[in-house]
Amino acid sequence: MPDAADHTTQAARADLPPYAQYRVGEPIADTKAPSGPVQEQWDTRRFEAKLVNPANRRKYKVLVVGTGLAGGAAGATLAEQGYHVVQFCYQDSPRRAHSIAAQGGINAAKNYRNDGDSVHRLFYDTVKGGDFRARESNVRRLAQISVEIIDQCVAQGVPFAREYGGLLDTRSFGGVQVSRTFYARGQTGQQLLLGAYQALSRQIAAGAVEMHPRTEMLDLIVVDGRARGIVARDLVTGRIETHLADAVVLATGGYGNVFYLSTNAKNSNATAIWRAHRRGAHFANPCFTQIHPTCIPRSGDHQSKLTLMSESLRNDGRIWVPKQAGDTRPPAEIPEDERDYYLERRYPAFGNLVPRDIASRAAKSVCDEGRGVGPGGQGVYLDFADALARLGRPAVEEKYGNLFEMYQRITAEDPYEVPMRIYPAIHYTMGGLWVDYDLQTTIPGLFAIGEANFSDHGANRLGASALMQGLADGYFVVPATLGDYLARHPHDDVDPDHPAVHEAVGEVTDRLYHLLSNNGDRSPDSFHRELGELLWEDCGMARSEESLRKALERIPELRREFWERIRVPGSGTELNQSLEKANRVSDHLELAELMCLDALHRTESCGGHFRVESQSEGGEAERDDDAFSYAAAWEFTGSGAPPVLHREHLAFEHVHPTQRSYK
Amino acid sequence: MATATAKTPTDRGGERSASGTAPARRLGPLRRMWRSSIGKKTVMAVSGLLMLGYLVVHMLGNLKIFFGADEFNGYAHWLRTIGEPFLHHEWFLWIARVVLVAAVVAHAVSAYQLSRRDLAARPVKYAHRKARTSYATRTMRWGGVIVGLFVVWHILDLTTGTVNPRGQAGHPYENVVAAFTTWYGNVIYVVAMLAVGLHVRHGFYSAAQTLGATRAGLRRGLSAASNVLAVVLTAGFLSVPIAVMTGAVH
Amino acid sequence: MRLTLRIWRQRGPEDRGAMATYELDGIAPEMSFLEMLDTLNEELADRGEEPVAFDHDCREGICGACGVVIDGQAHGPEPTTTCQLHMRHFSDGDTIDVEPWRAAAFPVVKDLVVDRSAFDRIIGAGGYVTAPTGSAPEAHSTPVPKDAADTAFEHAECIGCGACVAACPNGSAMLFTSAKVNHLNSLPQGAPERETRVLDMVDQMDTEGFGGCTLAGECATACPKDIPLPSIAAMNREYLRAVRKG
Repeated sequence: MPDAADHTTQAARADLPPYAQYRVGEPIADTKAPSGPVQEQWDTRRFEAKLVNPANRRKYKVLVVGTGLAGGAAGATLAEQGYHVVQFCYQDSPRRAHSIAAQGGINAAKNYRNDGDSVHRLFYDTVKGGDFRARESNVRRLAQISVEIIDQCVAQGVPFAREYGGLLDTRSFGGVQVSRTFYARGQTGQQLLLGAYQALSRQIAAGAVEMHPRTEMLDLIVVDGRARGIVARDLVTGRIETHLADAVVLATGGYGNVFYLSTNAKNSNATAIWRAHRRGAHFANPCFTQIHPTCIPRSGDHQSKLTLMSESLRNDGRIWVPKQAGDTRPPAEIPEDERDYYLERRYPAFGNLVPRDIASRAAKSVCDEGRGVGPGGQGVYLDFADALARLGRPAVEEKYGNLFEMYQRITAEDPYEVPMRIYPAIHYTMGGLWVDYDLQTTIPGLFAIGEANFSDHGANRLGASALMQGLADGYFVVPATLGDYLARHPHDDVDPDHPAVHEAVGEVTDRLYHLLSNNGDRSPDSFHRELGELLWEDCGMARSEESLRKALERIPELRREFWERIRVPGSGTELNQSLEKANRVSDHLELAELMCLDALHRTESCGGHFRVESQSEGGEAERDDDAFSYAAAWEFTGSGAPPVLHREHLAFEHVHPTQRSYK
Repeated sequence: MATATAKTPTDRGGERSASGTAPARRLGPLRRMWRSSIGKKTVMAVSGLLMLGYLVVHMLGNLKIFFGADEFNGYAHWLRTIGEPFLHHEWFLWIARVVLVAAVVAHAVSAYQLSRRDLAARPVKYAHRKARTSYATRTMRWGGVIVGLFVVWHILDLTTGTVNPRGQAGHPYENVVAAFTTWYGNVIYVVAMLAVGLHVRHGFYSAAQTLGATRAGLRRGLSAASNVLAVVLTAGFLSVPIAVMTGAVH
Repeated sequence: MRLTLRIWRQRGPEDRGAMATYELDGIAPEMSFLEMLDTLNEELADRGEEPVAFDHDCREGICGACGVVIDGQAHGPEPTTTCQLHMRHFSDGDTIDVEPWRAAAFPVVKDLVVDRSAFDRIIGAGGYVTAPTGSAPEAHSTPVPKDAADTAFEHAECIGCGACVAACPNGSAMLFTSAKVNHLNSLPQGAPERETRVLDMVDQMDTEGFGGCTLAGECATACPKDIPLPSIAAMNREYLRAVRKG
């Protein structure tokens, strides 16, 4: 089936930019999920997994890169099991990883509400929400583990919201019919992360985890086909270090910062996963990026990042823009009949509550028509006037008080008086390193967990599912599957003088040397901004063959310009934040190209990936299941060289694909 | 360039945590407490409250001066007879003095050690200084020193009579009147009593916090109580020299 | 807006460091304080000078990475983190002093960047519940009274930014330590380690070289997450209780 369904054949690609003239390689398949009923697969896999004798575990050294929900949980758990864990984060403390910024909550199929929830329903919702581009076996496992996560976090002292009877409170989130989202006010991510951080801190204090904060992974060391270590830079002293081990776990998060402006932390970056990709790990579905509709719009060119506000605001706020393009009157002076409540008009059934991607695209299209509001016309109103009149100020304050406060602090506008202004922003990336059921990449011994992998959310992630996946991978999945890998690969030391080690170190030092000695005239941020704007325009909310071709022409030029004109002040033997940025941007410049290629090759619309060519007459996204019911795993062949596409066919035996409709 | 894993978690300041003497957890509870900053604060709180209790009694006793020399001197004499016949003459007084000296020493030693720790914890000052804590809070250290020096003066003045212009044993009323006939006697006393008031104002509330008073209502009450205590103590003590200066007591 | 910035520059931990003065023009009131520093850094780089190093990451006020002392106040004049402070709180022509957190336990790494790893070691000394993965009982097996859950949450909000230490005239970490002690000690899950937790964390806090509490109250004023000052008294109580229990 794969090649027959290959829309753009080799010949048809000849007029595309060189990078887009990719080759289709052998299909790829997950070989780790056991056969048998989907609900028994995880138990079977755990039973079939080989175990490492507890007495031998200390001999195995495992590197864990990143200390977010996935990495923090994995490091703590692997150390509890007795492995020798060496862990890294670029932040000054493992507690600061960006999982901390997640607001909404964490899903779990506890069915505490007796509202018809079950593991199977969470599984079903997640596959469907992912627009049928996720692997069923992985998602089923995620739903199963979700239940244990809540138990684990409660035992750690995570202060979830509770009811007066002392039991856990839940709410419904992201448009699902059941109330399965556990939360800790608007700081669920923070509380879950601190739980993992505390467990990790206990292991650090006990000497079971050797923690390296302010240390950034710059390359992967692959010896004899197996991941055996990393090259890292001590960000304080600038020292290049090699760390050799029996296995490497990447928990380095997503690549949303390739867009420059996103809701990711400023220093979140794709270097670890991109370097692993360059060393042989396939990168899957890079074009699946999620855009969140309710962010605070940018206020000017100085904008350094975007802040997300909870989607719950759309429950009571009405979204509108002026009917007339270029209408610059203050909102209060625009009469009711000159306002366009465009979501209510176009989607009468769902109105302002249409899914994230639809709300986002609609906002962009009205702004493209010149009807956007606020500085630069990049915003739409989210108006609470009706809600205030209907519910009264105390009720609105009770529900949204802290969000209104946050908005006011940032914009200096009072949402009780003036409508809020919102605009979509990049906020999560579903794509990532391709992994099998064991969360192992195509490089044996290299595992990817959390947002860094591509596995569970398909083309679109549901609200409150990122925290669930990060913790599932970290606490429960990788500790079980990594043991199996280690048991099959008895410990042996890597020769620190192995050519592969020298090669990786050499590449890293050459690159840093080049960045520092280039002495050009442009800063890393200026390239990052330019790349981000380009991607936002051409590979953002709506993508077309034309826009993607344009991006694929421009990115190699920009990359060339980067290496010619980059300027990094200071030296490499000290804390040098410009050097860190420049190094990250250089990887973004390669990843962006793959992202655009993936978007170009996937001529269907699905989830967060919207191709303007693939929509119904009413503007609905249209999937093409016959041609694209697969995960696209790309193999690196050289910087700027066309990659090889390996397709993983996705079979849906339990959740049958349907087209979404929100009319 | 390539170095094998040489850096350990202690490389960055970690050795501080490994330094010091025996790990605290192996010590007995009292020694462990004395070594900790909270333990020393507790010692300060308890000794401070003891001295505060003494001050209240002292101040009330002082007010006897308004009833004339006979009553005041009689009161002073009675103090020496408390506990008789169970206790020998003046024994109660000496027990009280020993306890008070112990409290002063414990208070002062803890304060000294804590202050040294506090000053060492902020070795570099901010270039841009902004004092926002209350005056009472900021003057605890020097206020304490002033009060301590005053105690020495006060003993030399009215207990031993060494620096008292009259200094006649067994005639405390006359000695008090004499003490406040000199300008320096008044100045020293007034300054010291203001210092006591400030010290009590912050100290009493602090002691309550150190001993773990957390309930909101209790804290409000304690905060008010520390203000009242400070004002009443200062006013009560100052009433004596003012009375002498104005001629109400002579 | 036109501003004069006086910023602490220090090449490394061993360097003496000094305040340096920079003139900056074209600052928009909508900018955040860190975006203002970004602007300065781009200008410095254009002039061939080294940018000012400062810690920052989420820029949403939750990761706790950022934090500088602005005109003598930790995180500046507003009750929020440095990243959430906006330039509209300053006026055209202002001179702004920017300094790193000052405390013996927070040595300067470079410019405005300090080493706060002492906080991690305090947490490592006891700021956790020993609950290895997989050992957890069913979440509803232990109901937690709502007020206990709320108290725990209120203290768990601490972001570990270090503003309390920076603001305290004694460089004390009592507010930070008490936040974690009270978070965990107010929950039934934290009860089995209630005594060892407070004793070990306070010992570690002292070992790191933080000063003691004199109830100046500066910490709670500077705290961007409103950890209340009585949190310290509550920890004192836990400490004395633990000592009594041996």
